[in-house]
Amino acid sequence: MSELTLMLIRFAYLAILWIFVLSAISVIRSDMFGARIEQTPRAERREQRRAQKTQRNRPKPAKRPRGAPTHVAILEGANAGETISLDDAPLLIGRGSDAAIRLDDDYVSTRHARIAASGDQWFIEDLGSTNGTYLGSQRLTQPASLQLGSQVRIGKTTLELRK
Amino acid sequence: MPADPRTAFAHRRRRGAELFLLLLALAVGIGAYAAVGLGVEGTTPTDIIGYGGWLVLLVVAAHVTVRFTAPYADPVLLPVVAALNGLGLAMIHRIDLAELEQNTEANTFARDQLIWMTLGVLVFVAVLVLLRDHRRLQAFTYTSGLAAVVLLLLPLLPVIGREINGARIWINIGPMSFQPGEVAKVLLVVFFAGYLVLHRDALALAGRRVLGIDLPRGRDLGPILGMWLVSLGILVFQRDLGSSLLFFGLFLVMLYVATERPGWLLLGGTLFAVGAYFAYLVMPHVKARVGAWIDPFGTEYDSYQIVQGMYGQAWGGLVGRGLGQGDPTLIPFSYSDFIVAAIGEELGLTGVMAVILLYGLIVERGLRTALVARDAFGKLVAAGLAVVFALQVFVVIGGVTKLIPLTGLTTPFMSYGGSSLIANWAIIALLLRISDQARRPLPDLSGPADDDATAVVMIR
Repeated sequence: MSELTLMLIRFAYLAILWIFVLSAISVIRSDMFGARIEQTPRAERREQRRAQKTQRNRPKPAKRPRGAPTHVAILEGANAGETISLDDAPLLIGRGSDAAIRLDDDYVSTRHARIAASGDQWFIEDLGSTNGTYLGSQRLTQPASLQLGSQVRIGKTTLELRK
Repeated sequence: MPADPRTAFAHRRRRGAELFLLLLALAVGIGAYAAVGLGVEGTTPTDIIGYGGWLVLLVVAAHVTVRFTAPYADPVLLPVVAALNGLGLAMIHRIDLAELEQNTEANTFARDQLIWMTLGVLVFVAVLVLLRDHRRLQAFTYTSGLAAVVLLLLPLLPVIGREINGARIWINIGPMSFQPGEVAKVLLVVFFAGYLVLHRDALALAGRRVLGIDLPRGRDLGPILGMWLVSLGILVFQRDLGSSLLFFGLFLVMLYVATERPGWLLLGGTLFAVGAYFAYLVMPHVKARVGAWIDPFGTEYDSYQIVQGMYGQAWGGLVGRGLGQGDPTLIPFSYSDFIVAAIGEELGLTGVMAVILLYGLIVERGLRTALVARDAFGKLVAAGLAVVFALQVFVVIGGVTKLIPLTGLTTPFMSYGGSSLIANWAIIALLLRISDQARRPLPDLSGPADDDATAVVMIR
């Protein structure tokens, strides 16, 4: 074993030792800053992927007639851009954690309104919310039938049925 | 945006990161073994496959246990411990080889140490599997206190107690000897934590202020005085400076953590100073230790070990002689208390700094666990275990490097010594258990938010 090889071994070992120390520190560092805030883009994407998967795996519910609405789209408000499938109807809309359409909007009540089907018709019903549910400019006092494209306003949020 | 900190800050599991670090730790351990073989004999050791395979098996067993029983536990603790243990094993093996060179009949320790490490990992697995919630330990507060005192008294008993190198801290069980003090320190942490959780309000709030320092009530002084007496008793009857310092320091810090009152530290520091001075005056072996520390190159006190350790470290210099290239047998007990000096000789300051940093990481993770723990008992246990670890490393490495007077304690995970190894693996298992509880996301109990909070649209 020559002097040179021994020296190389010595430095290589010290390097391994320090690589280990530094990786341990970097794991600690990522642990500090990497603690995730709920719904980071990554988590969101993961969730979406999971949702898609479950959608794909689920057996198709009874065929709806062509042209019937399939999902609710949120047009305005904090959750703008989200779409929620109507397959799980009836859907509860609100700020509470048990709502199917959970709106992050201070003007929305915990259990605000409900979208449900009766035959081929979709209805929206206000659940005694604080600020009311509007269909067009009319405040709902009783369940009203929803057509494709008719806009529902809940707090600062607007949503509509889509194909 | 998310106002609730509980949902905003969620720890990830990090088991993948742990596995990655464990692979590096194995490289550290097995690499050291290979480097020792290359340095001493010029070839890689013939049994490296078997040895490496055994280490891999132990590490994988520990990792799988963590994965299944504590999925949210801290990812850094286990790899750091595995690396330190692997490096210590290689170092002991290296000293064995040097001893065998001089005397073919010499005692070897590496094989025993590997068996102890296996037992340590078994204890680690057992703690994680059997103890699913650390709060159950709170029910054993006084039981563990009593057990600790009994364990500390065992070496003083006539038949099983044994005195080695002037300290009476061993007991004989059949052919093996065991240091019950190492187990007692874990039990004492549990006892202190359980006791302080219940009594910290009385300790923190009652009392009067003297000279700007909050002094506790006289009746609350009972436990601290008792602990002081126990430490002094260990010092007097077992002549074990290190453990005495460890237990008293542990109690003081836990008291301070529980009550947040610096008055305790002041009081305890004073008591410690008085006790230490008294011991220095009365007990010749304490005087000898201090004398050897102040003037190691003098002739008055026996300081051969310290001086040899210092020469070894000086010879090692910045980057060391290289594994297998030094002469660590010149240092007495380089396989146990003085293993850091042997590392300083063969891996140099660079290696010793890495080792100290690794110990620092263990302590940091322990304290971090205490910070994020959700229950007071878990906080105190985690803080206590981290402090016990920090104190032990400080006392022994400080002694070897002549920062403080030398006192006999094992270097956790590196020194030869079964009781210490097993106790320290148990400490790490407890820390992982608490950190798993602490980092686990809270179950969603928020329920529907209350309706009152809904803002009302003002209609003109």
